[in-house]
Amino acid sequence: MKKSRRDFLKVAGLSAFALGSAAALNLGSAKAATAEGTYETAPAQLKAKRWAMVIDTRRFTNAADFQKVIDACHHEHNVPDIPGNQNVKWLWKDTFAHTFPDDPHGYMPDRIIHGNFLLLCNHCDNPPCVRVCPTGATFRQEDGIVVMDPHRCIGCRFCMAGCPYGSRSFNFRDPLPFIKDVNTAYPPRTRGVVEKCTFCTERLAKGQLPACVEASDGAILFGDLSDPASTVRKALAENFTIRRKPTLGTGPGVYYII
Amino acid sequence: MLELLFKGRPRFYLWMAFLAAIVGLGVIVYIFQLVLGLQVTGMSRDVSWGFYISQFTYFVGVAASAVMLVLPAYFHHYVKFKRVIIFGEFMAVGAVIMCMLFIVVDLGQPQRVLNVLLHPTPNSVMFWDMMVLSGYLILNLLIGWVTLECERHDVTPPKWIKPLVFLSVFWAFSIHTVTAFLYAGLPGRHYWLTAIMAARFLASAFCSGPAILMLLLLVVKKATKFDPGKDAMRTLATIITYAMCINVFFYLLELFTAFYSGIPGHQHPILFLFSGHDGHMAWVNGWMWTAAVFAIASLALLIPPALRHNEALLPWALIMLVIASWIDKGLGLLIGGFTPTPFETVTNYTPSLAEILVGLGIYGIGGLIVSALWKIAIDVKKETGTFELKA
Repeated sequence: MKKSRRDFLKVAGLSAFALGSAAALNLGSAKAATAEGTYETAPAQLKAKRWAMVIDTRRFTNAADFQKVIDACHHEHNVPDIPGNQNVKWLWKDTFAHTFPDDPHGYMPDRIIHGNFLLLCNHCDNPPCVRVCPTGATFRQEDGIVVMDPHRCIGCRFCMAGCPYGSRSFNFRDPLPFIKDVNTAYPPRTRGVVEKCTFCTERLAKGQLPACVEASDGAILFGDLSDPASTVRKALAENFTIRRKPTLGTGPGVYYII
Repeated sequence: MLELLFKGRPRFYLWMAFLAAIVGLGVIVYIFQLVLGLQVTGMSRDVSWGFYISQFTYFVGVAASAVMLVLPAYFHHYVKFKRVIIFGEFMAVGAVIMCMLFIVVDLGQPQRVLNVLLHPTPNSVMFWDMMVLSGYLILNLLIGWVTLECERHDVTPPKWIKPLVFLSVFWAFSIHTVTAFLYAGLPGRHYWLTAIMAARFLASAFCSGPAILMLLLLVVKKATKFDPGKDAMRTLATIITYAMCINVFFYLLELFTAFYSGIPGHQHPILFLFSGHDGHMAWVNGWMWTAAVFAIASLALLIPPALRHNEALLPWALIMLVIASWIDKGLGLLIGGFTPTPFETVTNYTPSLAEILVGLGIYGIGGLIVSALWKIAIDVKKETGTFELKA
């Protein structure tokens, strides 16, 4: 197969035309879009200086109480259900001794020592995962939410070693075959990246509360920690609450009413 | 000098072909890992680093150990080391390349590795580790190659090489310190959260690295009759002995803090490594006890000068030392760091066959690089008449 000069010029001319028109189209759309390196909040966006969560553990008494909030979260975010220890979890439950390993003793009420507790990312004030991430793929927003950019993540899993709460999951395999009912409104992740709870940033942008909060019938509260009139601040003022591993200085943003 | 690689005996090419076959097997398994993801490894949500990262850690130490030849030769003018320095530098080149490969095969998205440079994050120790490792690779390749070329043409090395040599001494300490900081700055990982981690890493590197170098030099001596020199080897054995004493001492310090303070979090990883969990032995227990016994036995053979200078015993002492340090850093460090989990539970980790084969492939690449560079060094020494040991 021999290409003549004429053939070459044809291809070259077409390519130049294609590139040129693409550039012209970009120019048109760039005027409407936000300038590079900046962003705008949606009109309906719920705003806070410091988002925080209060979980009323007294209201989680049976398996169904847990399952409905976990299902709401995992369905909303296409969290796969992978059997074995290479699984992915955003919101899950575990015993008191595993959730608060420094605190249990043998003489606690049955409700505590045999009960279960919800676990999720604590959206720390001083998040070790953000500190160790070598690409800035995980970062803390101004409103206190620790988020992930799965397109920048290289899958080094330093954040998983850094997180003292075991809140992060790695996609050891393609998660799609393990998502029963795919929610097309939220992107599933690819294999080889880390993911975790995002405090439902995508719902806050639409003016909605996080999926688990909505499904909990008031057992999980969500609000602005810096606002004394917020639901979370009222709950914290009226109830005794604890956080997971506060001595590590991470400043968790998830509180538990015991 | 690369042309020297084409003038070898059949035995050399047979050895290189053997290494290439191991590399080939590793590459095939790695392709499977690329397609299927890291599910082919034994790692899990709870033990999220394993064999790859532990081998990376171990070989950073091997790379850093070249300084144990460079420092006495340049800072203390110990001329007897000058004859073997090139082997230390070239071994460091092979070891650093192995480290980089062990990181790359551990990544979930290896094609994005340059994101570390595209989005530099100085708050991440991983970013600094990439910087210092790349720098150390360039330093050793440049210094080794230039000094060898000058030796070949019988000219004195250029003046600018000396500041680089001095820089490489500090750089060697930095690579292993930064690697220790990967671990020692993580809250909630009790086995790693210890101020002595970097010091332990350096002590373990400065005994195991020179021990590997010495064993390889003994093999080269058998294969090519290149004699590194009795005095140089004796001095190196003494350095290894001191470093191993400090290494074992540092580990005992960890045991004191954990068990005298009585703090459960500090004790749990050590108890798991040596006695398992809830009365169940873990596979790593046997390895850890082997490491403990080999460490003591190697010291017993190294500390008395009469035994240390016994050429028949020395290789065995060094082999035991290398095995002990490899288990401590190449298995125990990672498993102890992730066990118990942040939930104070135990998730067992065993490297999968795929992990081991990919790892062996990288060992093969290291072997190819070091073999090629060492062959060049030996041939140059033969050309210039520095091959024979002068009295």
